[in-house]
Amino acid sequence: MSTIREKEQEIIDEFELFDDWMDKYNVIIELGKSLPPIKEEHKQEKFLIRGCQARVWLHADYKNGKVVYTADSDALITKGIIALLIRVLSGQPPRDIIDADLSFIDRIGLKDHLSQTRSNGLINMIKQMKLYALAFQKTRSTKQ
Amino acid sequence: MSIQPDILRQAFPILGRQVNNQPLVYLDNAATTHKPTAVIDRLRQYYESENSNIHRAAHLLSQQATEAHEQARSSVQSFINARQQHEVIFTRGTTEALNLVAFSFCKKFVRAGDEILISAMEHHSNIVPWQIACQEHQAVLKIIPMNEKGDLQMDEYRDMLGSKTRLVSVTHVSNALGTINPVKEIIDLAHQQNVPVLIDGAQAVPHMPVDVQDLDCDFYCFSGHKMYGPMGVGILYGKEEWLAKMPPYQSGGEMIKEVSFRKTTYNELPFKFEAGTPNVADILGMEAAIRFIRELGYAPVAEHENDLLQYAIENLKKLDNVRFIGTPAKRAGVVSFIFNDIHPYDTGTILDKMGIAVRTGHHCAQPIMDFYQVPGTVRISLAVYNTRQEIDVLINALKTVREMFG
Repeated sequence: MSTIREKEQEIIDEFELFDDWMDKYNVIIELGKSLPPIKEEHKQEKFLIRGCQARVWLHADYKNGKVVYTADSDALITKGIIALLIRVLSGQPPRDIIDADLSFIDRIGLKDHLSQTRSNGLINMIKQMKLYALAFQKTRSTKQ
Repeated sequence: MSIQPDILRQAFPILGRQVNNQPLVYLDNAATTHKPTAVIDRLRQYYESENSNIHRAAHLLSQQATEAHEQARSSVQSFINARQQHEVIFTRGTTEALNLVAFSFCKKFVRAGDEILISAMEHHSNIVPWQIACQEHQAVLKIIPMNEKGDLQMDEYRDMLGSKTRLVSVTHVSNALGTINPVKEIIDLAHQQNVPVLIDGAQAVPHMPVDVQDLDCDFYCFSGHKMYGPMGVGILYGKEEWLAKMPPYQSGGEMIKEVSFRKTTYNELPFKFEAGTPNVADILGMEAAIRFIRELGYAPVAEHENDLLQYAIENLKKLDNVRFIGTPAKRAGVVSFIFNDIHPYDTGTILDKMGIAVRTGHHCAQPIMDFYQVPGTVRISLAVYNTRQEIDVLINALKTVREMFG
């Protein structure tokens, strides 16, 4: 299993092929369409991360020392970026997720989607992903 | 004289810039308009050669700044045809004006069980201050409903007015739908029951002349930055008979007559409602914006903007899966729509990539989005400097959006 950093580098390499923004967004849209669906029972108010413009649902499980995320959004571009975040973070140990700086988003030119004015729920989603990791980390240390 | 946007655009330096390597197409004017050189120069001139605090010192600069400031008040008075100069209060913007009335009027005139009416198409700033005031005074906030087209249901409104109604506060033009409300009728009906009316004119003043005496409204408010003026300045007009009876909103310098630790007496109108050092530069900038609008004349502005509105609507109709949010009988400045199969955020993101600024989201009017059961809309809002060519660029970009998501 690749590390977070390796996965980020993979994505950076893939996106370097595009010099046209439209090609890049077409890929993000496709990624959004192919994001594995979140379970219906997790697409509820409880798991909703509210943005001013787009809504995001996020669920996390803890299996064999790894955090597994599923998520959804009503906006397709947001969903595509979620797919990238899940590819990088899902299946990683909590400590690594907490420490991840996720600089690949900036490197592939999507940083503006994380700005406050977009308020598409993505910033809060990343916070929430890290909070889940933190909670699982604590559960583990109390068990030990 | 009809508007010649190509010449007019030269007065707006920002319109020459690029966004995402494309020429800027700015269709988010209901959020804020751009500023002509005359306004920008006025701000610069004030700070370069006139800056001084007003209403206090004997020195020449202060005297001149005071005169300029009061002259600006007089310009606003004549712009909206207020009866008296002291009925014009300078505020930070429409939001502060609404908060001022919600606080001061309700403190004096609203008691437990009383009712305040607002409409179903208000901006959050004409909802939340009344919610807070109603909570404070155990009053009831009632909502005048609208129909599917985005027009107010006047029969319902008539029935809602009653002996418990203390104030009606409605928008002149809806920021999310573009509806022009029949404010004169709204005011007349309320006055038949001796109920005062506040009109939120933030989205009206950029597009149409306002005569507060003709409307006979009791309060009217608007912002400088939505009418080609600077941010941070707005106007509250209030009839003297109400303002004189209302207690101060904020307190400090300027608003007092005499202060001792035992007792303070308040200054007269309009200063009673203008605590602290006013935003003199932006007030003078707003005066320059008023001059700019008056020189253009409202009739040619409306003719030009209505032509663009019709042109935009006609061309949007030709696209697949378009749903207009709001099809009011009378409309100013705004068209809201969604593609049924594409989230507004996705549409907005791609338009931005193509240099086109529109607003997507709920436009600070969530109850309207709930009413139409949409997550938000794509809103095109026009100003006098927009062109048919820009609408063409928009429509072509929307075709690209459809190809990418459809």
